[in-house]
Amino acid sequence: MNNQVLDENRVTAQIESRGSSVERGARRGSRTRSYRWSPYVVGTGLGVLSWVAFAVVNQPLGISTALSAASGACAALFVGWEDVLRNAYWSKHVAKWDYGTLFLVGTMLGALVSALVSKSFRIEKVPRVWAQGFGHSPAVRFVGAFIGGVLVMYGARMAGGCTSGHGISGTLQLALSSWVFFLVMFVAGTLTALLLFRKTSKPGRASL
Amino acid sequence: MNLHIEGELLRWLAIPFGIIFGWLLHRGGVTDYNVIVNQFRLKDFTVARIMLTAIFVGGLGVLVLHNLGHAQYHIKPANLLGVGLGAALFGVGMVVYGYCPGTGLAAVATGSVHALSGVIGMLAGGILYAITSPWVEAHVQKFAQLGKVRLAEVTRMPEGTWFFLIGMLLLMLVFIERDESPEQESNLMAK
Repeated sequence: MNNQVLDENRVTAQIESRGSSVERGARRGSRTRSYRWSPYVVGTGLGVLSWVAFAVVNQPLGISTALSAASGACAALFVGWEDVLRNAYWSKHVAKWDYGTLFLVGTMLGALVSALVSKSFRIEKVPRVWAQGFGHSPAVRFVGAFIGGVLVMYGARMAGGCTSGHGISGTLQLALSSWVFFLVMFVAGTLTALLLFRKTSKPGRASL
Repeated sequence: MNLHIEGELLRWLAIPFGIIFGWLLHRGGVTDYNVIVNQFRLKDFTVARIMLTAIFVGGLGVLVLHNLGHAQYHIKPANLLGVGLGAALFGVGMVVYGYCPGTGLAAVATGSVHALSGVIGMLAGGILYAITSPWVEAHVQKFAQLGKVRLAEVTRMPEGTWFFLIGMLLLMLVFIERDESPEQESNLMAK
């Protein structure tokens, strides 16, 4: 109950603070929100970060390998480490506080700090585009996100990487596997999106 | 010459590097569900612009570093059935979830509660893969194995040509229609 009240207060505060940021954006005539940087600047930053990752750490940027090892730690909570380490996959990918796992922590920290500094941190339960296709129920969105998350991780492990490990680090090395991943992922995603959101994809109905 | 750092220090470098990574994801707008899904609806090309720029800039730099002997390649094996099938599942999941693993984690940190549900889903997906991995290894990964190959070797088209093509693609994106930007305020109205 208290949480709900708190949440509502925060939303009200956001409406007020947003008013000014929207005006600022409109005055600048910018197509992006005030906290956003040009995608080319961000892409260049990720590229340069890759140089450092290759030259200094000798380990390309990646997320899903460490996350799948972390899933082993979660499973260990229920069945114990003995059973987890008996698993063929987890015995090769043991969860520990290594470079990959700490990188996950850093990623969350970086996003948090950026959101706080730019005052764009906000509680979001149902995103706008999702609501256009599936309505405003948080429960439906949470179930959808869960199912999507399962598919994302299962697919990433089967393919041997995700949008970071394959999509950026692999493609930039011109690896065949990574370009296959990139293209198949993009085609499958586009078909899914056009199917799921076909009702809202018609011109003139997309904008609220 | 070897610039690699090893040992305990290396592990902790993950924190500042991760912070830069997460910061860039947020500033790029890809911690926003709407931006990612609108890429797949072909309405907003932010994701493609970021990724192709990263591939172009990162790739040329790593190529130079590699040729000077400062960097090693880390090529993932092309088990084409596993990669293709996995990528297809990943693509479907990415639209339903609205995030990939990295942007999903980052989105949780910016306050997207629904993204947390997907992180729990991803952990469940990791468990599911570990349980089924003996079967997948035997029945999926064994097929169409081409090894750790690079486009330049497979096609006999030199690396420079590939980066030229990537650069052209990127240039196309620069001149393509401007994005239909998903405004933040309408997100709130949707509640």
